Amino acid sequence: MHLKHLRALVALAATLPASLAALASYDVDILPPVTPMSQESYNLHWGIMYVCIAIFFIVFGTMFWSIFKHRRSKGAQAAQFHENTTIEILWTIIPFVVLIGMAYPATRTMIEMKDASGADMTVKITAYQWRWGYDYPQEGVHFFSNLSTPRDQIDNYDGAGAAKNDNYLLEVDKPFVVPTGKKIRLLITANDVIHGWYVPQLGVNQYGIPGFIKDAWIQVDKPGIYRGQCSQICGKEHAYMPIVVDARTPEQYAAWVKEEKAKMPPPPAPEPQAAAAPAAQGEAPAAAAAPAGKMSAADLKAAGEKVYTQNCAACHQANGMGLAGTFPPLAAGHAFNAPAAMTKPLQDRGFFKGGKIVEGSPKEHMDIVLHGVPGTAMASWAHLTDEQIAAVITYERGSWGNHGGEVQPSEVAAARKKS
Amino acid sequence: MSAIAHPHDHSHGEAHEHHGPPRGITRWLYTTNHKDIGTMYLVFSCIMFFAGGSMAMMIRAELFEPGLQLFNPQFFNSLTTIHGLVMIFGAIMPAFVGLANWLIPMQIGAADMAFPRLNNWSFWLLVPASVLLISGFFVPGGAIASGWTLYPPLSIQQGISMDMSILAIHMMGASSIMGSINIITTILNMRAPGMTLMKMPMFVWAWLITAYLLIAVMPVLAGAITMLLFDRHFGTSFFNAAGGGDPTMFLHIFWFFGHPEVYIMILPAFGIVSQIIPAFARKPLFGYASMVYATASIAILSFIVWGHHMFTVGMPAAGNLFFMYATILIAVPTGVKVFNWISTMWRGSMTFETPMLFAIGFIFLFTIGGFSGLVLALAPVDITLHNTYYVVAHFHYVLVSGALFAIIGAVYFWLPKWTGNMYNETLGKWHFWLSMIGFNVLFFPQHFLGLAGMPRRIPDYALQFAEWNMISSIGAFIFGFTQLIFLYNVITTIRSGKPAEQKPWEGADSLEWTHLPTPAPYHTFEVQPVIK
Amino acid sequence: MSVPANDVALRNRDLMRKLLVVCGGMLAFAFAMVPMYRQICDAIGISQQRAVIAATSTQVDTSRDIKVELLASTAGLPWKFEALDRVVTLHPGELHTVRYQVVNTLGRAVTAQAVMSTAPALAMRYIEKQECFCFKTQTLQPGESREMPVVFRVKRDAPADLTTISLSYSFMEAPGGAT
Repeated sequence: MHLKHLRALVALAATLPASLAALASYDVDILPPVTPMSQESYNLHWGIMYVCIAIFFIVFGTMFWSIFKHRRSKGAQAAQFHENTTIEILWTIIPFVVLIGMAYPATRTMIEMKDASGADMTVKITAYQWRWGYDYPQEGVHFFSNLSTPRDQIDNYDGAGAAKNDNYLLEVDKPFVVPTGKKIRLLITANDVIHGWYVPQLGVNQYGIPGFIKDAWIQVDKPGIYRGQCSQICGKEHAYMPIVVDARTPEQYAAWVKEEKAKMPPPPAPEPQAAAAPAAQGEAPAAAAAPAGKMSAADLKAAGEKVYTQNCAACHQANGMGLAGTFPPLAAGHAFNAPAAMTKPLQDRGFFKGGKIVEGSPKEHMDIVLHGVPGTAMASWAHLTDEQIAAVITYERGSWGNHGGEVQPSEVAAARKKS
Repeated sequence: MSAIAHPHDHSHGEAHEHHGPPRGITRWLYTTNHKDIGTMYLVFSCIMFFAGGSMAMMIRAELFEPGLQLFNPQFFNSLTTIHGLVMIFGAIMPAFVGLANWLIPMQIGAADMAFPRLNNWSFWLLVPASVLLISGFFVPGGAIASGWTLYPPLSIQQGISMDMSILAIHMMGASSIMGSINIITTILNMRAPGMTLMKMPMFVWAWLITAYLLIAVMPVLAGAITMLLFDRHFGTSFFNAAGGGDPTMFLHIFWFFGHPEVYIMILPAFGIVSQIIPAFARKPLFGYASMVYATASIAILSFIVWGHHMFTVGMPAAGNLFFMYATILIAVPTGVKVFNWISTMWRGSMTFETPMLFAIGFIFLFTIGGFSGLVLALAPVDITLHNTYYVVAHFHYVLVSGALFAIIGAVYFWLPKWTGNMYNETLGKWHFWLSMIGFNVLFFPQHFLGLAGMPRRIPDYALQFAEWNMISSIGAFIFGFTQLIFLYNVITTIRSGKPAEQKPWEGADSLEWTHLPTPAPYHTFEVQPVIK
Repeated sequence: MSVPANDVALRNRDLMRKLLVVCGGMLAFAFAMVPMYRQICDAIGISQQRAVIAATSTQVDTSRDIKVELLASTAGLPWKFEALDRVVTLHPGELHTVRYQVVNTLGRAVTAQAVMSTAPALAMRYIEKQECFCFKTQTLQPGESREMPVVFRVKRDAPADLTTISLSYSFMEAPGGAT
């Protein structure tokens, strides 16, 4: 759009010979905007850039002229002037006026950005360490969105690892689906620490703060996939909680809502007893339909390893050794030196004795996975299916020197009900 | 104008048993001499600069390619956090205090600082503080990984190292406050007769204003981290919504400190450049009075712009707009300073020794940092770029090619005065040009990364960021290793440099050049000169 | 030397004292920012409201409707917390009752505080509550479920362009545990 030539020039100038082929990734501009607000920010950015470039040439043109002309080696004699009131007043006032000129459109855009009124729909976005939750209150649809890049592409400690996907670290299991052409209010909040919901092409970058909702709005006119990331440091996996926005036409969106609604549990009835319906039945319809049958220990363990690698290994590590002082090991008999605030909940649940990790009861194990450990980075994993939770617990209880036996999906279902 | 205008300094000194310094370690432990303390500050900040620099090299090594090659993400976050804290509180600020110690008494014609013993304490507080900060790497849980801004609730989640760091920051803050009280008192009460405020060199002016900023905002930081400590251990809820608090409030208090802090790290640099440029242009500083007023107005405005760090927390539109206008306004006095420097160069008779090169490098690159600051000042644009590499590029342009370049220029400029020896000009020029190239290869591409949406503080990134990151890392290694030339140059100058001329810089005109011999004796201006 | 040395030392000490007062003042200012922050939030009308409205005026502005979306969140607390009425439409000035339901899914008794927040943030000042579970902490036994009402209204002086309000409650474990 703007300065295509500049882009090519900069790319060329900075390119190392070997990477000439990959010219496309030497982007020097903001990504193409797709919402009215990101379009305005984009224009503002170039507006102020032109002002800066003009000042740059005036100021440094003068400076380099002076450097080349007024040097002693060319016999320059130093003048002795040291003030000039007129010029000093001028160069105070002129920049001031230019800047007011820039502030005016910026003000208009800022006010528009903050005005989320008259929206067609609302979505609540909750940030977790380290995934996003999307909640469509009117439609009754909610789901989590996790990084889907496999761990073996990320961990390159012992060499190159697996080949990286095209959308490495910018891909999720369930994208955030929105209809095109509608004004959508986003209400952003967080579960644990401050996060930032940031999708550059949508022009939204909004902190989620635990306890508070903050609003922003988007209106995407072009169907497509737009990617972003968490912008505010939120702990260890900050780099691994991407955002994928999937803008679909209103018809496609309606179809998607219908499909998602079918997967949701029935809305809560007013009476407390009836409300204790199974909380999350998983994301695949097949899993929701299948009764929690008995599975063999070997099947569970095999399935559990997969669940573990995708969800748990980021913190507890593939070898179950955790990270010293931060994430407890799961391997039996290993020391965990951490502040009491972290070890006490483990001790209470029977997983920690005398400075070392020990195996606790299956009941407590399920409790931790289902509900997390409040006050620590261990979140609730209740959104996994009964099968997945049973599998991962069986895997953990049968690996790294643990001999805790298997846990069946039916037990997980029972534990879920009880709570 | 002969430099040995006061030879009685020598004779006088000997009569009162003021020879040189005592020998051995006790000289440094107990010294109250401003020059010794200045040297210790500078050596300390040099060590911290290389410590923080090594962390930067580790960060860039991990970011050389996508994927996790060297460190786990937690350790990476600790690296970015401690890199920031070490560079701010360990390298840049102590370096300026060191320069202030060396130069302010000599430039205003005072024998020493106003409170020599306090001066000694404020230095020695820094050493245990920095040990405490860095030793966080060796305690369970590792060093703090919350970013140097310590936002709760993430900082509440950290381990024991957070408490150590809070204590360390308290000590560094106390040290800064003591140093500032000393500097203000020295400047206001100890000037030589005839040295009116409006005759003071710009470096002294800049430091006077900076010291006021310091005593105004360091206590605010102390308050903020004390509240954090209470929330962590004593059940208070300053920043916990469940107890009626608000995490956003920490951001407000922190940045109320944080933004003036930015100017604390740049105003003394303005002062240094305002002395180097006239010396090598052989022409008086253009617009001295407007320089003073511009510095003061920057300092005052710096108290009302903190909200521009918070455009994305969800303040009401009016809040965002107020902070946007104030931020834009601060560009005006900053612009005035740049115009004044360039007018000083205009129709001068310039030579380009290393200090001048660093000063010109400063003006050029700091202004680019100012431009990106202007871009970020527009709230809607900032929202698109907040917490991306664009911001990383912006503040490294102002703090590395700003503050650090000025410090390096100052060291080259005054090294002959301090040591009596001349540095190696060829090595100095190599140092400058390699730094200039390395720096721009390192940080310029980070603007592009930010525009493309790469968040900061991530150990691993998507593939479209790979090329610029690799170039940036290469620049980092060039820039990092180039600094070893500086270290070598300084050490060899001290040990075996050629004796410097009495006044190596023709245009230098402050008292340390005009009234004192080279090297400056251990005790100077015991009888104050009279300035006409 | 124009001034005797002792004199300078005295003046120095005097100035140091003044500067220390400034430091102490700024430290106090840091802590004063806590109540100031609250005051400013109060003044803008975006602070937490704990007060109960006294008299119920019957003045209702039936000429317009305001849509209120009710949202429920938990932060760091795996309680099940839902709004039983998700969206209500009401007239400004009209008292309305909405219900929330919360279940303590943890195996221990928990005391938690609900934090209120609205979007747009400035809508906070137009909401008046007669009854709310957010006025005090709630203690739930393990497995206990509770249905809780909020009785509130939108003030009649709410601006005309305020057509949709999101009213959010977040349950967070109260610091210090039991009340």
